[in-house]
Amino acid sequence: MISSSSLRSLLNREEVFPFLVPDIPPELDLSHGVILYLEGISVSFDGFKAINDLNLYIDDGELRCIIGPNGAGKTTMMDIITGKTRPDIGSAWFGQGINLLKLDEPEIAAKGIGRKFQKPTVFEEHTVHTNLELAMAGDKSVWKTLKAKLSSEQKDSIYEVATLIGLKEQIRTRAGSLSHGQKQWLEIGMLLMQSPKLLLIDEPVAGMTQQEMERTAELLTTLSGQHSVIVVEHDMDFVRSIARKVSVLHQGSILAEGTMDEVQNNQQVVEVYLGE
Amino acid sequence: MISLFASLRGDRAGIILLILLLLATVAVPVCNLVVPENSPVHISTFTMALLGKYLCYALLAISVDLVWGYLGILSLGHGAFFALGGYAMGMYLMRQIGDRGVYGNPLLPDFMVFLNWKDLPWFWHGFDMFWFTLLMVLIVPALLAIVVGWFAFRSRVTGVYLSIITQAMTYALMLAFFRNEMGFGGNNGLTDFKDLLGFSLQSDSTRAGLFIASALALAFGYISCRYITRSRLGQAALAIRDQEARLRFIGYRVENIKLWIFTFSAMLAGLAGALYVPQVGIINPTEFSPLNSIEMVVWVAVGGRATLYGAAVGALLVNYAKSFLTVTFPDAWLFGLGAIFVLVTLFLPKGVAGLFKKQEAHR
Amino acid sequence: MGQHHYRALLSLVTLPFLLLVCFFPAVAAQTATQESFEQGIHLLKSRKFQEKNRAVELITDSGDPRSMDVLQDLLAGKLFLLRTDQTVVQVKSAKGGYAVTGVLQQQDLGTLQTRQLKKITINNALRGALKSGIAKINLQHPDPGVRANAVESMLEEITADSVQMLEELKTKEQNKAVRRELETAIAISWLKGNDEAQKLKALDTLSGSLTPVVRNELKKITTQENSEAVQKKALQALHTIEAKVKWYAKLETLFFGLSLGSVLVLAAIGLAITFGVIGVINMAHGELIMIGAYTTYVLQQCMPDHIGLSLALAIPAAFCVSGLVGVIIERSVIRFLYGRPLETLLATFGISLILQQTVRSIFSPLNRSVITPEWMTGSLAINPVLSLTTNRVTVFIFAMLVFTTLYILLKKSSLGLQVRAVSQNRAMARSMGIHAAKVDALTFGLGSGIAGIAGVALSQLTNVGPNLGQSYIIDSFMVVVFGGVGNLWGTMLGGLSLGIANKVLEPWSGAVLAKILILVLIILFIQKRPQGLFPQKGRAAE
Repeated sequence: MISSSSLRSLLNREEVFPFLVPDIPPELDLSHGVILYLEGISVSFDGFKAINDLNLYIDDGELRCIIGPNGAGKTTMMDIITGKTRPDIGSAWFGQGINLLKLDEPEIAAKGIGRKFQKPTVFEEHTVHTNLELAMAGDKSVWKTLKAKLSSEQKDSIYEVATLIGLKEQIRTRAGSLSHGQKQWLEIGMLLMQSPKLLLIDEPVAGMTQQEMERTAELLTTLSGQHSVIVVEHDMDFVRSIARKVSVLHQGSILAEGTMDEVQNNQQVVEVYLGE
Repeated sequence: MISLFASLRGDRAGIILLILLLLATVAVPVCNLVVPENSPVHISTFTMALLGKYLCYALLAISVDLVWGYLGILSLGHGAFFALGGYAMGMYLMRQIGDRGVYGNPLLPDFMVFLNWKDLPWFWHGFDMFWFTLLMVLIVPALLAIVVGWFAFRSRVTGVYLSIITQAMTYALMLAFFRNEMGFGGNNGLTDFKDLLGFSLQSDSTRAGLFIASALALAFGYISCRYITRSRLGQAALAIRDQEARLRFIGYRVENIKLWIFTFSAMLAGLAGALYVPQVGIINPTEFSPLNSIEMVVWVAVGGRATLYGAAVGALLVNYAKSFLTVTFPDAWLFGLGAIFVLVTLFLPKGVAGLFKKQEAHR
Repeated sequence: MGQHHYRALLSLVTLPFLLLVCFFPAVAAQTATQESFEQGIHLLKSRKFQEKNRAVELITDSGDPRSMDVLQDLLAGKLFLLRTDQTVVQVKSAKGGYAVTGVLQQQDLGTLQTRQLKKITINNALRGALKSGIAKINLQHPDPGVRANAVESMLEEITADSVQMLEELKTKEQNKAVRRELETAIAISWLKGNDEAQKLKALDTLSGSLTPVVRNELKKITTQENSEAVQKKALQALHTIEAKVKWYAKLETLFFGLSLGSVLVLAAIGLAITFGVIGVINMAHGELIMIGAYTTYVLQQCMPDHIGLSLALAIPAAFCVSGLVGVIIERSVIRFLYGRPLETLLATFGISLILQQTVRSIFSPLNRSVITPEWMTGSLAINPVLSLTTNRVTVFIFAMLVFTTLYILLKKSSLGLQVRAVSQNRAMARSMGIHAAKVDALTFGLGSGIAGIAGVALSQLTNVGPNLGQSYIIDSFMVVVFGGVGNLWGTMLGGLSLGIANKVLEPWSGAVLAKILILVLIILFIQKRPQGLFPQKGRAAE
């Protein structure tokens, strides 16, 4: 009986075998207005709990600052969101339907999460132009990349971003010969070329002058709205200048959340930062 | 096709290389076939075969450079792809012998008769057809590259680990091909070839044809690699070499890019091997030896990584030195080779091509 | 106190008397022995095998000190008759003919030619009789080892009638091992008899015995025996034995695996140190092993009369020579290439070629054999089916010693602490005042020195040649890759398990295929754990 029914299913021409159904995760669904859910996430390295029962929700279009002392788990959190590290338990959802824990780095990037690293990592051997071109949104499969040609629109958008990040003059310069601050900007520019829905930005103003810092703040604030942005930063003045909502990370979980003033007056936060 | 040649724009060294190749394809056969033997510009068949062999090495070097110079994969196993291509061609040449072997068996090659085999092993079928052989010359190395690459790249094995894996791969194949039971002639390999597509391998005109084919293959290899490296894929490959993780975060499937380029490179190496075998007249398991593969890497290092033309030049230089030294001072060759390894890595990290570039910059 | 002295004195005085008393009948018996020996020799001249058989019996039972020699010579075909006067003579081949000695008078008869001699021929039955005769004489030997062997070699000849003689021997026998052998022999002779109860009893004794003769006898019983009970029991006993044999075969495989594994550990451990600490793949590591092996060879050439001593000296010498070469390599080449692992790989490969060719130029490309000291030859026989070759056991123990020493060195000494500090965080260690360059050189020297020691061990297992290192280098890499970088325990476990895996696969697939399979398995293993068995975790891993 069983065999005859399975035979029938074999002969059923409309049947599509489950392994033939392409495994495409659903597109980003923002119907609830929340773009990122991190729930009950823990991860440990050799017994050390880097993230401990972390819960974090980011609204669509929000600019969220995350502060916390060294070793609070900020970078590890970003690693989890971008698929570099897998948590031991917990769940991470991008919008309503995309399970981040089932995707790897390129898939997550293709879904619309961009990341800027703490240490500026650009392709040093490439020119600014090529760096931006490589980051540009689009089909990044092997064949398409081999045949890729810049359309005039794409050329324009590269120049646009280069202008925005102040590197228009250096567009043919090797990225390796840029200054530290310029590299930071280039990396932000690469993020913009990706046109992600959610930007993770790790210490964007480290090594920048006051002037550069102001411009970065300006840029990040204009970004929020159409994008959601998570900024991890140590520099309190900078955070104060851009943040509407701040989360304090401590020992791998959220200690406090609120406006900058609320957080600064929170007794626990003060203890953590000042040690009593 | 047009875009293939468009990729040569601005590539002065490459254009010079191609023009020289073009000249050689005309001049060398003419000097061999037309120019009388007592003329000073006559090129003996031996020399032509030697030059043809060098061209195969140059193609092989370009394939190594494509993965090492542009992708950062130091393959210590490219000899395996070369040898597999060679074996595929060797099998065709064995089948061409027919009943002219020592034992006169119309179907089985001599070594199988010697081993008392009754039937042709299944993997020898089809190698009596040239088109099938040509296909296998490309497909067999490609399959090996895909299998090894898929495993290695997917699990993000990089750097020296990857090098060692590729070395282990060619070592394992060498052990396997040394076995008689494998059906590839064991120790002795495949040899005593008679003719190719009906043309006798002993005749000068066939030799000239093989030389021309090698030069054309080298030109094709150069242009296609140049095309790849100039494309956005080539830029992504360079990015992988320098900052693999970063490229992942902007949405490229790094393992796929690596796999494709690695496989293409393996196919070029297989093609080089297939052209090499009829010109030297033998293929045996020592072609798989790790030493051979690592020698290829040194050709590229001498010529200059990530320059393509440099790899070709390096292959010619090192092999010329080898031919010269092994004849005049047989013991000195290994000293020389060893010294080349050390000196190039220490003092010439950009190879010979780097020297030229420096001079240009001074001007 | 005084009493004790007195007794000792008394026994000293009386002992000669006692001996004399004991020997007196022996002297009388001696003449009888001589007679039967002479009679036996005389009978050997006969053409009839029956009479020769009687001769062998007489000679065996004579107890004459010459009988052993004669029987052995007869078995080996070295007993001849002089054509002139039919004297029985022993013969040794010598220059220009045969050196001939008379058997009875032991007189030297000079060198004779073949045609002056006639060989005393033997047939199969006689050969059997000779063997058991020799064994029988050996049963009286003062060394219990010889006695036990004698019983063992007699087992095949035992018949149902041998019981009585064996029982007698057993009552006289003091040594436990010989008694056990005798019990086996008695049991076999019972099996050949007709008494069912005895047979069953015999099977009890024989169950679990690993002697091949016993197995054959049991097999015979299972097919030829009439009594069902005996047959059944024999079958059971046979099963027990076969299970035991299988188990020992597994043990043997394990031993071979461990032996190969220990060699791999020795070869790989230096590599693991250099790779783990300075992140350098040293392709010349195999050649450093080779240099160690050649150091052993050279030392042995210098003192050919003291093989054991030269081997003992070779250990520190090889450590120093290889270590020194290692330091030179590090200072002259590798230190300029830190942070460029692929280039280092190429440069060290070049060095390996140069070293190989140097050795080839100095010592010739031929393999040299290093003599193994006496105490390391032969094998430890655990039982008839399992024996371990001494040199392999020694190398295994040696490898464990080296590992332990190294482990302690790295854990406890200040060099070890510095090495570990540098391997974890180079910049940090430097800022703490650790002279990183010095540590690098020392570490590299240490790793190379251990390669040299591995070479000493290898010289005891294989021939020494310029390609010695190459044949181990890929396997050593596999061990390091498998075990994880910079982890001594990983190297140890990786080496031993690869060794065992190799030997377990070998009988099933052949040596070459086993090697290929292992390589494939490692590639698959790296899929699961790209960092090896004991990976470093967390952010430090990047």
